[in-house]
Amino acid sequence: MLSLYGEDIASRLLLGTAQYPSPSILAEAVRASGAGIVTVSLRRETAGGRTGGQFWELIRELGVRILPNTAGCHSVKEAVTTARMARDLFGTDWIKLEVIGHHDTLQPDVFGLVEAARILIEEGFKVFPYTTEDLVVAGRLLEAGCEVLMPWCAPIGSARGPVNPDALRSFRAEFPDIPLIVDAGLGRPSHAASVMELGFDAVLLNTAVAKAGDPAAMASAFAQAVEAGRRAFKAGPLEPRDMAVPSTPVIGKAVFE
Amino acid sequence: MKLTVNGEEQAVSATTLAALLAELDYEPDFLATALNGELVPAIERAECALHDGDRIEILAPMQGG
Repeated sequence: MLSLYGEDIASRLLLGTAQYPSPSILAEAVRASGAGIVTVSLRRETAGGRTGGQFWELIRELGVRILPNTAGCHSVKEAVTTARMARDLFGTDWIKLEVIGHHDTLQPDVFGLVEAARILIEEGFKVFPYTTEDLVVAGRLLEAGCEVLMPWCAPIGSARGPVNPDALRSFRAEFPDIPLIVDAGLGRPSHAASVMELGFDAVLLNTAVAKAGDPAAMASAFAQAVEAGRRAFKAGPLEPRDMAVPSTPVIGKAVFE
Repeated sequence: MKLTVNGEEQAVSATTLAALLAELDYEPDFLATALNGELVPAIERAECALHDGDRIEILAPMQGG
């Protein structure tokens, strides 16, 4: 079973809660996905507003574990303060740490990410860093005390699927004992299956489900793909070959000439 | 006293953070608060004195990816 910071997690699919057509469709999608962890964020509340409380009630009724994020933070200071506020509000020391470094690609600022991770781990946070597939950065995050790594496979919301599968393969090989969650860029269930086949421990999705024509049905499709990919990895997939290899035995073939 | 609350200037009579939330009709159970860029934990809001020009952030749970 997947274990993250000492917690056993039944599902290898983590789901974001943003961009759904309605709260009820969000709830349906979470249930259909079987996700045991959902991501949430913090945003300004208007005076007299009750939207935050209503959303929080909805999430609590789903009975899933909460992973708050620092989405949209572009500096260490912003990310650290947001993480502290999230812990105060949500009552968890888990934090999906995002420090964004580039406006168009939403690529992580990996320098700021390592710095923020150090500060937060010192304060007792369990950090889930949203990072690139850079091995050196990943090593620094582990040195800082991260026990989980979350490399992207393509830019957030791009739905492109793994743009650099070789790098993901190296990433898995370099950190065989660290829980690795592919976060961001997955567009279709086949993408999720493909990274699970590489041996990644879990995937984190949002847009691909929320913006599907039928989010709950897509959540279910992703759940099956994640499960299929995991089983395939455990079963030991065949490596690609350059030339054809007949599957039907050649020996014993009749001769007619 | 003039404060900047969630990026907007406001004139208020409250002198503590807890009083400010009540004055502005917030539901305190579902919020996280910061004063001048630093977290003010929920349990410290009642003792958190406000001063002219302070910047307050009042955040709530929201959908996220």
